[in-house]
Amino acid sequence: MTIPAPLSAQPALDRTRAIEARGLDVYYGAFRAIKGIDLEVTRNRVTALIGPSGCGKSTLLRALNRMNDLIPGSRVQGQVLFRGQNIYDASVDPVQVRRRIGMVFQKPNPFPKSIYENVAWGARLNGFRGDMDGHVERALRQAALWDEVKDKLAESAMALSGGQQQRLCIARAIAVKPEIILMDEPASALDPIATLRIEDLMRALAMDYTIVVVTHNMQQAARASDDTAFLLMGEDRAGILVEFGSTRQLFTNPKDKRTEDYITGRFG
Amino acid sequence: MSARWEVLSGDEAGTLPEGEGLRLNLARRYRVASLWRTFFVAAVLVAIVSLTALLYNVIDQAFGLVAVQNTVEPASLAVGGVPLAEQTSEQLLTLLQQRVPSAVLRRMESEQPLAQRSREDLNALVLERVVQLRVLKSWPLHLSLLDREAIEAQVGEQYPQARLVFRSWLTPEFLTRSQSSTPALAGVRTALLGSLWTIAITLLVAFPLGVGAAIYLEEYARDSWINRALQTNISNLAGVPSIIYGILGLAMLVRGLEPLTSGAWFGAVDPTTANGRTILSAGLTLALLVLPVVIINAQEAIRAVPRSLRLASYALGATQWQTIWHHVLPSALPGILTGSVMAMSRAIGETAPLVVVGASTFIAVDPSGPFSKFTTLPIQIYQWTSRPQDQFRNIAAAAILVLLALFLTLNASAVLLRNRYSRRYVS
Repeated sequence: MTIPAPLSAQPALDRTRAIEARGLDVYYGAFRAIKGIDLEVTRNRVTALIGPSGCGKSTLLRALNRMNDLIPGSRVQGQVLFRGQNIYDASVDPVQVRRRIGMVFQKPNPFPKSIYENVAWGARLNGFRGDMDGHVERALRQAALWDEVKDKLAESAMALSGGQQQRLCIARAIAVKPEIILMDEPASALDPIATLRIEDLMRALAMDYTIVVVTHNMQQAARASDDTAFLLMGEDRAGILVEFGSTRQLFTNPKDKRTEDYITGRFG
Repeated sequence: MSARWEVLSGDEAGTLPEGEGLRLNLARRYRVASLWRTFFVAAVLVAIVSLTALLYNVIDQAFGLVAVQNTVEPASLAVGGVPLAEQTSEQLLTLLQQRVPSAVLRRMESEQPLAQRSREDLNALVLERVVQLRVLKSWPLHLSLLDREAIEAQVGEQYPQARLVFRSWLTPEFLTRSQSSTPALAGVRTALLGSLWTIAITLLVAFPLGVGAAIYLEEYARDSWINRALQTNISNLAGVPSIIYGILGLAMLVRGLEPLTSGAWFGAVDPTTANGRTILSAGLTLALLVLPVVIINAQEAIRAVPRSLRLASYALGATQWQTIWHHVLPSALPGILTGSVMAMSRAIGETAPLVVVGASTFIAVDPSGPFSKFTTLPIQIYQWTSRPQDQFRNIAAAAILVLLALFLTLNASAVLLRNRYSRRYVS
């Protein structure tokens, strides 16, 4: 196996496009979970993926940083272009992809280590050199968690509240300096106050990162996102992209009848 | 779909009990529940009674009254007013040469030259061979406590020369004395050291191999028919009778790999060791025996690591090995350790395979390394219980207590390790 060139060495061909799916199909065994998805995610924006349960939102999200590779029997057709390169090319190492495209999960999943170690570990394993204390502090500040944990960095992350744990997971993702952060229903396990904090955080993070967020909550998409993609299960149970546009346009003036039915609560 | 729903929501399809019917229905359900509960309590009681009976039996034999008599009174062995306990090695040696038959002396010389033995050893030999404190008869603990007058009367009648003393067969000296053909002078040091050596080799071999195999099977192996067959075979191997492993050990390790197990490859041949019947063979045989158990336990511990932890690691750009080393193994470690120590407990109690591999029935020389011949505690117990003299039953009981203490130590260390490495998973 040849050692692939690091993705960072590729010239950034498109200054505005962060990541793009082209004709993307994902299969789990014989079952096609999503079909023919074309999606262009713009840099420094929050893009929400909405749709009813089982429409393939999370599958699409995981396909964007090759987390689907970890599911036995999964298979991808089509392309996901990142920095002008298809991340499913044989020459691309998925470890490189995930280093550039981070992920935050539905349930907060901090490591059973100290708060400090949670943030430092990812940076260290990717070869971080320099002032680790400062690096950890910056990541925690960016995740709006620093003030709450600065006096107990050595304590277990498991002792934090759910909302704090989720922000710690975001800090952990930031600490490896990704370009894109994928979030899979990051607030669905949290109470309304903690949810709002995560939403504020997403908005703030979009200054430096590109955010793609799956959400069940349409208010959340409307409040916190710039662009919205609406997915729906097709006749063969494969998820398809019905409509994609700016959040304002999609929620106020949907082009597709099915989008309108969904956002007005007629089904889903 | 809708048609069926209408039938269910109507009132013709059936009724639920109300009033008196509900009361009866509930009473019947409670009756069934209390029957099951009684069964569960009974099951626990049976287990407790069995364990108590086991302990009672062992303790009953390990302590009790004995009638003892010296063949030669130690006072008569004093030389120039120096009592036996204070004599020098040379004096003791002379004493032995005067009083012990030369055939016995030659045998003792071949085990370890007498001149090289320590003063304590020589003193013990004098006590064993010359003074010969003989236990004429022993009584179990329950008789000793409840029926002392009858025993005293019996001793006065049958053994007028003898003294009646209360004896604990389990003494500190019992742990430090080596084998002897006189039960009252025998100890378990050789067997205890043999057990510890053997279990150390078993642990050193079975733990890394077992955990390694478990990591491969859980983390790397694809779901192919070969790996499924492998998995099934490992599960089956865990249930193979241990004597089969003994035969495997005899054929493969003692005979087939004799140059290795006898130490010939390392130039460490012990002239008293006949071929490959060594501690190394025993340890490796037991390692083979517990390997499937270690693998299965470790696999279960690894499988119990939450998937979310692996995903979190991968999402940060960790490689598979980094994920395994930094997250999966630390989280699985308490389970792996507990399972492995349980497997070691099983190995330390194994008897049958070691009989086949060739544990010595009688050795008085301590094992000095992996190429020594050996005996182990369970073998020793088995030997002693099959001897005709009653007193061997007493020391067998004492040896069982030693073995049980070893078990408890191992299991307690498993609990301690688990608590030490356990991390709590919240939410």
